[in-house]
Amino acid sequence: MGAQKKRAAAAAAAARVSEDPDDLARQPLQAILLADSFTTKFRPITLERPKVLLPLVNVPMINYTLAWLEAAGVAEVFVFCCAHSKQVIDYLENSEWFSQPNFTVKTIESHNIISAGDALRLIYEQNVIHGDFVLISGDTVSNMSLTQALQEHKERKKKDNNAVMTMIIKKSKPSPITRQSRLGTDELFMAIDPNTKQLLYYEDKADHSKGTICLDKMLLAENPSISLHNDKQDCYIDICSPEVLSLFTDNFDYQHLRRHFVKGLLLDDIMGYKIFTHEIHSSYAARIDNYRSYDIVSKDIIQRWTYPYVPDVKFCGNRATKLERRGMYRALEIEQSRSAQVGSFTVIGYGTKIGSNSKISDSVIGEGCTIGSNVLIEGSYIWDNVIIEDGCELRHVIVCDGVIMKAGAVLKPGVVLSFKVVIGERFVVPAYSKVSLLQQPTVHDSDEELEYADNSSGTVEFSCTADQSNGEMTSESSEAHKPKLGTGGVGYIWSICEGGQEEEWRHSVAPIPEDKLTELSEAMDDDQELVTQDRTALSTSGELISDSNASEGDDNEDSKDDSVYFEKEVEATFLRAVEENVKVDHVILEVNSLRLSYNMTSADCAGAVFYSMMKLAIKTPHSSAIGLLTLYPSPFSMVASNAYPIYLSGELQQNTANIITTWQKLLKSYLLEIDEEIEIILKFEEMCLESAKEFSPLFARILHILYDKDILQEDAILRWADEKEGADESDKVFVRQSEKFIQWLREASEEED
Amino acid sequence: MPDIQALVSDLASKLRKRRVQGSYETARLTAELLCAVILQHKEPTTNGAASLIEAVRRVGEQLIAANPVELAVGNIVRHVLHIIREEDLSPLTDIVGELKLSAEDDVEDIAEDENSQKSSATTDGCLLKPPLLLAVFEHLPDSATACQTFSSENIFAGKADKSAKKLKSELIKAVNELIEDINTCREGIAEQAMELIHQNEVILTLGHSKFVKEFLCAAKEKKRSFEVFIADGAPKFEGHILAKELDKKGLKAIVITDSAVFAMISRVNMVIVGVHAVMANGGVIAPAGLHVLALAAKKHDVPFVVVASTHELCSLYPHNLEVLLNEMRCPSELLNFEEFSDCIDYGIASSSSLLHVVNPAFDYVPPELISLFVTDIGGYSPSYIYRLIADYYSSEDLPPQQKPAS
Repeated sequence: MGAQKKRAAAAAAAARVSEDPDDLARQPLQAILLADSFTTKFRPITLERPKVLLPLVNVPMINYTLAWLEAAGVAEVFVFCCAHSKQVIDYLENSEWFSQPNFTVKTIESHNIISAGDALRLIYEQNVIHGDFVLISGDTVSNMSLTQALQEHKERKKKDNNAVMTMIIKKSKPSPITRQSRLGTDELFMAIDPNTKQLLYYEDKADHSKGTICLDKMLLAENPSISLHNDKQDCYIDICSPEVLSLFTDNFDYQHLRRHFVKGLLLDDIMGYKIFTHEIHSSYAARIDNYRSYDIVSKDIIQRWTYPYVPDVKFCGNRATKLERRGMYRALEIEQSRSAQVGSFTVIGYGTKIGSNSKISDSVIGEGCTIGSNVLIEGSYIWDNVIIEDGCELRHVIVCDGVIMKAGAVLKPGVVLSFKVVIGERFVVPAYSKVSLLQQPTVHDSDEELEYADNSSGTVEFSCTADQSNGEMTSESSEAHKPKLGTGGVGYIWSICEGGQEEEWRHSVAPIPEDKLTELSEAMDDDQELVTQDRTALSTSGELISDSNASEGDDNEDSKDDSVYFEKEVEATFLRAVEENVKVDHVILEVNSLRLSYNMTSADCAGAVFYSMMKLAIKTPHSSAIGLLTLYPSPFSMVASNAYPIYLSGELQQNTANIITTWQKLLKSYLLEIDEEIEIILKFEEMCLESAKEFSPLFARILHILYDKDILQEDAILRWADEKEGADESDKVFVRQSEKFIQWLREASEEED
Repeated sequence: MPDIQALVSDLASKLRKRRVQGSYETARLTAELLCAVILQHKEPTTNGAASLIEAVRRVGEQLIAANPVELAVGNIVRHVLHIIREEDLSPLTDIVGELKLSAEDDVEDIAEDENSQKSSATTDGCLLKPPLLLAVFEHLPDSATACQTFSSENIFAGKADKSAKKLKSELIKAVNELIEDINTCREGIAEQAMELIHQNEVILTLGHSKFVKEFLCAAKEKKRSFEVFIADGAPKFEGHILAKELDKKGLKAIVITDSAVFAMISRVNMVIVGVHAVMANGGVIAPAGLHVLALAAKKHDVPFVVVASTHELCSLYPHNLEVLLNEMRCPSELLNFEEFSDCIDYGIASSSSLLHVVNPAFDYVPPELISLFVTDIGGYSPSYIYRLIADYYSSEDLPPQQKPAS
């Protein structure tokens, strides 16, 4: 039934879209603005005010988004309000957005929605979206021009009806140390077809501990070219076709726009819907996702990267502000003591008073604040009507409306003070703590702000709130909390759960402290060592990879890697040749091409080919003696290999002889000089010692076979024996084993002479 | 007829959001809007001009506040106010004459007052103090009500009504002329090209200005052959646009970088540039880079010619230019955000961002570096600009902070 319904809905959507394709071009552009992020990253502030109304450089965030949408030529915006919907609607009603010509803003309100997916389903039911639309959340700042992206989207849509979405991306290198972008979001991996710009893979929660990501093999098989990026930033601006809404309705388990919808579409190859990307270069786009991006985007705005959405341009009825020298923005009617030092890149709001000897730098001060004397404010965001008494120190903090800081209070980096908190005299608020008038919500009342539990940080918060029991403990804990903010302080310091504390600095408004960075980079170095160790461990313990190149590769890891890969490739080529009965000449060609691409000598080729052949020889008896080999799955000990029954070594010898006979031409083509022949012997010796000990009892016999088949000449064998003369006793095992043979060879050559 | 307020807020928001830029475009739109304002203005039976002035002034304030950097808006508003005052003067003298007949005692003072004003105006004309017409006008209502008590009401009321209608139509005519002037100013400027550009001369310009383009093309059309060096005008590189346009017209154009102007200036016979605004002291606000060019020209005694239309004449003095009248544009015009995003990462304590990008749109070129202004009403030297301003604007309309008293 579900499937039926699905199909019907899809058909309906298709019918609706295909009504008149020509009309699409003329249709006014619509946009859906989600005025709720469905996360809890801005808690505790968002318990009292919706995120989109939080001031960003003294202007509520939603204004940046709306101003951009208007400038980008969007005619109609549906603002979807959920948490604190009343506040959002009230704000919009009092703003000038409802009275703009050629730009209509409509609000859609709902209270029982807990995810972006639900919101889009609701909008679909209302049937208000008729053509392509821009999907954006109300915390996005951009100044890009939509024209080109929109055009591309429409053209693609015309050609391919399955191209339902265009995602705007921007280049942004993640820090190699912290594995996060400058906006504080996790490193994002995207696979994009470089020609069509189709998005093929999207992973924003890659597991960095393993240091690997997994791509579906099909991706590589199906696409002629694919480029994998970790230096792109998702701007969270999407141009969608109306099908997107119906897709959400069809797949009622889609909640998160990226984690479910985008990944779902990428994985679902039945419907074949496609997502494309559009990269912007010089223009700006960023979403405020956490406290760090709040800090970074604020600074970008002050540095005017978001022009014309900068404080001194009145783009949305903000107060007149003037840009003065050294990037200082000052509104009108500011009272500033002569001895106060206001540094560069600072914004000071209307009617703020600043006392003597106060120092302010790189900060945003809201309207109507009173700042006493000898106050130090650095890199902080002070919102409206805050009172900061004499001698306070604030570094890299967010202070919400109506906060009072008594004299001498200190806020350490990363502190967030929510609305109307009072900090007592000379109280020091520890780093990264969050203080609110409201108590930290427990599991039971956590639906106060509708939120989305699939968020990993959200769940962490839940688990930590769980251990704080509600009910009778509330009164006790409130008493326990109160003195925590010093004499006269009002508010609760939210407890940071253990898991969260680890990660707190990542998303904090404060810059990442240096010791964290060094700690991280050391950890990373360790990791790297581990990885390399792993790799060597793998290559030695892994089935039959010879360590022949280890000695020469020690000083140069790359070349070692190369030779290991080269051997593997040759082996794969050879095995394929055996399986598919490829002609020897063709195998030679292939091996030659490999040799060129890895820049190897013919001796390397000879070694690799020989190694592959020997490996094949071992594999062949496996089929006849599975039982034995599962008992001794790998040649771990001499005991095991010695314990091989004679018939097995006989069989092995026979197999080896067969294979050498079959492929001698291949091997010979690389044995141009005597050096290469010696190389083969050395290789064989190594194999016998390490990776293929089955051969060790057979060394002399196989050497004989090789001699018989004219693969090895007596000169080579004799020279090998001479070289070994001076070696350690342990190295001479095989020389001794083949002593008779060598003796015979010597005599034969003397006879000839 | 669309609602005036809607039109005003529309233009204001366009200005605010920097969607209308450039002196020519803003001047034209402002003039058209003010024309509509005058047309739709419902006059009270008495005191029509004053209420009209008030209406225009109010609209003007909104527009100027929307983007104070676009000085052309203020220029047009002030010019329209000036036109209203001027037009108001002619019927006023009639009425005053009329009043003289009916109530001689009362009006004599006014007339004397007016005469003295006029004489002072002619003598003080050079002092940026044109006749204080409003002062004359403001005397009128008092005297009018005074005389209404003892002279025939009907005659006067009829006269006022008639004069109001006449005033309005005259005004519309005058403002339309202004719009026409704005639209045709380029031709007016271009006409003078032949006198300034001579055969086989080498001209240097910077960036792209429509006036300069027309000016050069006009000389070309008259079969003058000359060469043009174009400094490309970083960071917008509008010089490239000019080079393409000149190429289409068959003019020999050579593009150089801004930094090469000093190297090339010795080969140049004349520098011709367009500007953003002409200040009252004869200095100009111009695209960034022109000051350097002007200094280079001065060093080599190359004439530095500024082409500007009358709507670029601004009654302000450049006191605090950097703060008051410059626009800091987007840094991404200069460099690519992505490439430098590492350097401007504020997220790491150790490497607190030291890289800042400043992109001022304008330069101020002082009058002593400018040889000549070529305007649509002729060529003037910088020292004469204040006279033009006195001709174009009434001193009452100057912004308060610019008055010498404050």
